[in-house]
Amino acid sequence: MFELETASQTDNLRRVAIDPVSRVEGHGKVTLLLDDHNQVQQVRLHIVEFRGFEKFIQGRPYWEVPVMVQRLCGICPVSHHLAASKALDLVVGAVSITPTAEKMRRLMHYGQMLQSHALHFFHLSSPDLLFGFDSDVGQRNIVGVAAAHPEVAKQGILLRKFGQEVIRVTSGKRIHGTGAVPGGVNKALDPADRAMLLQDVEQMIVWSRDAVHLTKRLHTSNPALYDQFGLFRSNLFSLVRADGALDFYHGHLRLRDGDGKVLLDGVDYQNYHHLLTEEVKSWSYMKFPYVTAMGREQGWYKVGPLARVQNCDFIPSPLAEIERREFMDHGQGGLVHAPLAYHWARMIEMLHAAEVIKELLADDDLLGDDLMSCGDRRREGVGVIEAPRGTLIHHYQVDEDDLVTMANLIVSTTHNNQAMNEAVRQVARQYLNGREITEGLLNHIEVAIRAFDPCLSCATHALGQMPLTVELLDGSGRLLDRRVKG
Amino acid sequence: MSDTKKFLLDGKPVVFQDGQTILEAARQAGHYIPHLCWHPDFPAHGSCKLCIVKVGGRHVSSCAMPAKEGMEVESNTPEMNGERRALLQMLFVEGNHFCPSCEKSGNCQLQALAYDLEMLSAHFNHFYPNRPVDASHPDVLLDFNRCIFCELCVRASRDIDGKNIFALTDRGIHKHLVVNAESGRLADTDFAASDRAANICPVGVILHKRQGFARPIGERDYDAKPISVVAMEEVEK
Repeated sequence: MFELETASQTDNLRRVAIDPVSRVEGHGKVTLLLDDHNQVQQVRLHIVEFRGFEKFIQGRPYWEVPVMVQRLCGICPVSHHLAASKALDLVVGAVSITPTAEKMRRLMHYGQMLQSHALHFFHLSSPDLLFGFDSDVGQRNIVGVAAAHPEVAKQGILLRKFGQEVIRVTSGKRIHGTGAVPGGVNKALDPADRAMLLQDVEQMIVWSRDAVHLTKRLHTSNPALYDQFGLFRSNLFSLVRADGALDFYHGHLRLRDGDGKVLLDGVDYQNYHHLLTEEVKSWSYMKFPYVTAMGREQGWYKVGPLARVQNCDFIPSPLAEIERREFMDHGQGGLVHAPLAYHWARMIEMLHAAEVIKELLADDDLLGDDLMSCGDRRREGVGVIEAPRGTLIHHYQVDEDDLVTMANLIVSTTHNNQAMNEAVRQVARQYLNGREITEGLLNHIEVAIRAFDPCLSCATHALGQMPLTVELLDGSGRLLDRRVKG
Repeated sequence: MSDTKKFLLDGKPVVFQDGQTILEAARQAGHYIPHLCWHPDFPAHGSCKLCIVKVGGRHVSSCAMPAKEGMEVESNTPEMNGERRALLQMLFVEGNHFCPSCEKSGNCQLQALAYDLEMLSAHFNHFYPNRPVDASHPDVLLDFNRCIFCELCVRASRDIDGKNIFALTDRGIHKHLVVNAESGRLADTDFAASDRAANICPVGVILHKRQGFARPIGERDYDAKPISVVAMEEVEK
């Protein structure tokens, strides 16, 4: 049993709900149960949407899946598009795809990493970090950032735009394109598009490095806050390349414990279902995965930038590797577990993505015409990719008539379910216990959730305009106080 | 005196020969009239009604109505396009048309017409019919969800392929496309991917397997130009 997950008794406890959590993608809510002394007795992050993709994919032709499943998300649809394509590559027997196909997919994916990380940091999280967690709520949004820090806001918007242009030239559309198909891709890069991107890529690298330095300054200027806020320790989980390098597109699975010791390495993700168990809890639609052999209380982990940057042995691009080493130094020999360090790690990854895009654009394989591979048909395939928010697993079974009979998706945010709950509980202990609850205090809870960049539904995203309703009820459920924002 | 016969289409003279329908004459003269069930290789069918025009105050199907000297035909008007839009909305709600994941998207005449006629919503309540796909054939998939009952496959299979593989059955709101086999499965017919019927569906019902999304966005039929332009370019070819 996890501390603060379930109160020993709920009689006479006051319930506070943050519903919905704002400036994250999708819909979720947080409930707090407080006793008469405002001591927190129970904290839960609930995911309140049911999507059903795994069910309605069944009975559809497999080649439709990479396009259909990307509708899970409007922020990082490329992740679902490519994870599904990788799984279905195996179904069509394409154990390896052509250099042009792999590099086009990589370009698309790294473009997505860049745009998604830029969106999260600049549009969704920078208002908290630049103005303060309990600053004026009217200013605490991207419009406020644009007014107070116009250069930062401009760079964020143009970084995201560049990433989306990369996606457009590789998949046909900025959102929900069709570039990858089982066995390869449907197009190579147009030389004119390559020239267009090459004009701006150097600037993107400079701005990305500036963003890394901004997040680093935030940490070093206020370590008491940034290193301690919502702090908890956990295992780390991610894909790494065969040589241990950071790789967002392909690799094997590695699990590291909270002290930095590698517990599992070189795990073929085709066997993920032997490795992981997904626990269902009655109060949330999002499952709680854990490493089966370690059990539910020891086997949970975090994924995403903070896990990846520390789980790999090195980053295979020069500027990002320099930044990774500085980041590791910040841990003074140990791992950095502070949730707010997600932002710093995320910006290092954005810099890496920009560097990889530049390197890929120089590669003439992108202009090739050998787009498709095939081989002996199989009935099953697993595709895993490192999405902006973490490890993304797609698993399909296909019958002899080409129809999908089984789909299992474990999306990045699901892996972080326990971790986000732990962060929220820690913030509740640190900031809410014994105090009168204010909007600013509740935003501390949201700041902790935002650090993980959760995609709560993998579909929609709110930008602060959604209402936040907080109700205070007494032990008998009578409404004592109610505040509404938005 | 010239013996050239003409009628007026939206106020412009259109020359025609005896025996031509309004749609055929308009098309030959470079004027597009929307249509779905009409095809140049087959006699007029008159079922989709998208080619509806107004002649002398009456609504007629231009694919079936013979052109006559001196006719005044209204086609590209707000009234006629509004009626076409309503017909499209009905077609959309009667089936299950999920363009975002449909491999025919960008090459689909129904979708292209909806764009061209600025259909912004389905307007009517969706029927959500239960129409399972038939994936039994090794080379061709049938997704009945998208059928608009144009009968082009029925006609092509019967009149060109000589196989008579498809038919519409039931009536009214229960009408649906079936495969002419005792089992009802396409695999139990002599249907082939090279049949004309396999290559004539204006929407996404009859699909060649394992080829979905092969044409990138930007190179599909209606990516660069609306159907009203593409259709007339095909006439010029």
